[in-house]
Amino acid sequence: MLYAAVAARSFRRYATYRIATASGVFTNTVFGFILAYTYIALWTERPRLGGYDLPQALTFVWTGQALLAATGLLIGGGMDELQDRIRSGDIAVDLHRPADLQLWWLAADLGRAAFQLIGRGLVPMAVGTLAFPHALPASPVTWLLFLVSVALGVVVGFALRYLVALTSFWLLDGAGVSMVAGLLCMFFSGMVLPLNVFPGGFGEAVRLLPWSSMLQVPADVLLGVHDGADAARALAFQAGWAAVLLAAGRLAQSVATRKVVVQGG
Amino acid sequence: MWVRSTLAYRASFLLTALGNFAATALDFLAILLMFSHITVLGGFTLPEVAFLYGTSGAALGLADLVLGSMDRLGARVRDGTTDVLLVRPVPVFAQVAADRFALRRLGRITQAALVLGWSLTRVEVAWTPGKVLLVPLMLLCGAVIFAAVFTVGAAFQFVAQDAAEVQNSFTYGGTTMLQYPPTVFAKDLVRGVTFVVPLAFVNWLPALRLLGRDDPLGLPGWVDFLGPAVAALMCVLAWLAWRAGLRNYRSTGS
Repeated sequence: MLYAAVAARSFRRYATYRIATASGVFTNTVFGFILAYTYIALWTERPRLGGYDLPQALTFVWTGQALLAATGLLIGGGMDELQDRIRSGDIAVDLHRPADLQLWWLAADLGRAAFQLIGRGLVPMAVGTLAFPHALPASPVTWLLFLVSVALGVVVGFALRYLVALTSFWLLDGAGVSMVAGLLCMFFSGMVLPLNVFPGGFGEAVRLLPWSSMLQVPADVLLGVHDGADAARALAFQAGWAAVLLAAGRLAQSVATRKVVVQGG
Repeated sequence: MWVRSTLAYRASFLLTALGNFAATALDFLAILLMFSHITVLGGFTLPEVAFLYGTSGAALGLADLVLGSMDRLGARVRDGTTDVLLVRPVPVFAQVAADRFALRRLGRITQAALVLGWSLTRVEVAWTPGKVLLVPLMLLCGAVIFAAVFTVGAAFQFVAQDAAEVQNSFTYGGTTMLQYPPTVFAKDLVRGVTFVVPLAFVNWLPALRLLGRDDPLGLPGWVDFLGPAVAALMCVLAWLAWRAGLRNYRSTGS
């Protein structure tokens, strides 16, 4: 299959940069430690804040660091290359290829995410679990559900970034939009602070937005906040957003390619 | 030239400047959200944490404005364009610093300055001329210390090539840590940022003096005033590291 090959090549491409991966692991671990201590201070003042006990809050921190690179939670994660191709006009070549543009980039992003999850996720998670109290589940079923949830989160993240990249067709320089999109993602995914700590109605509204699929939902699945039918509902929520956003990306793509004016040509 | 080129896409410049402002403001929003549930964090009130936040943010912002491009050096070493810098009749250091100089970084400083200004009206300090003077001195020494860390990080890129993120964990990670009171962190971590990478001199030690707190390590009081000496020492070390890095530079052979 073409798309499987794209994903595999993308995996290998990211696996090539070993020093970059090692330095990413170091950074995620350092940030994890800093966050963990602030969460300890916060949860000592207010035990059971947001419905989490301290081990759960700490596990949330390390899940965030482990998923940071994989789901592209940080500003600038991922689609710069597609934006560059749109700006330079190379996209015209891509559109003539016998492959679907959105599926091609999705496959590439899945390959990238799979590598980042293993390369940059496992070590910070292990270090954090050894250094602090944790609430990791013993049941393999929960872990499996977690992995499915992460995969859905990656797809939602991709679909959002793909939409952002397509704005380059109209704006040419997409740096500004990417930045704003990155900020929204950081804040509304739970990376800055778990979403169930957000107060009142605002907190409830925030948990319904697509970004919560990228960290809050997978973390809650891992922490066992969702179990049984509730877990199914959580995964359906993510799948729903993934479908809606992918469809929106497809629509934007068809509008863009009908109107496209290639730079320099 | 980089200033003019970024201003060419006006809408994008405004968005990125605003984005830079908002990106750093998010950290503060997180602190505000935390304080919506609590009154003290590690024994510090919101204005006190805001003071730490403002001083570390402004110090890093100043360093970032001048030397924030240093982490691009790794990419330049990898693709071989460092050679171009070597043949130009301008010091390599100045060229790397000016590379992609980005005015949008003003966003970070503005935001930190606003928070700092607000905190200064709220913290309970018996202001004396000496204490008033200590604040700008803190910012200056803090910026110099961060600038030295940026430089050492860049020098490390000559060897490591694509390890720009390690540098980020000391600069951006460091500033995140300095936003919170030292009492929040484990003693060993505090010792690390005091004696190994002396980030504690950016704001923790002078701020504890201003706010009338004891430092958790129980160091003698005169240590709080060592900022300028530490900054100077860091500069010497950074200069040595940079020179060693440049000497060791081997162009990519292809």
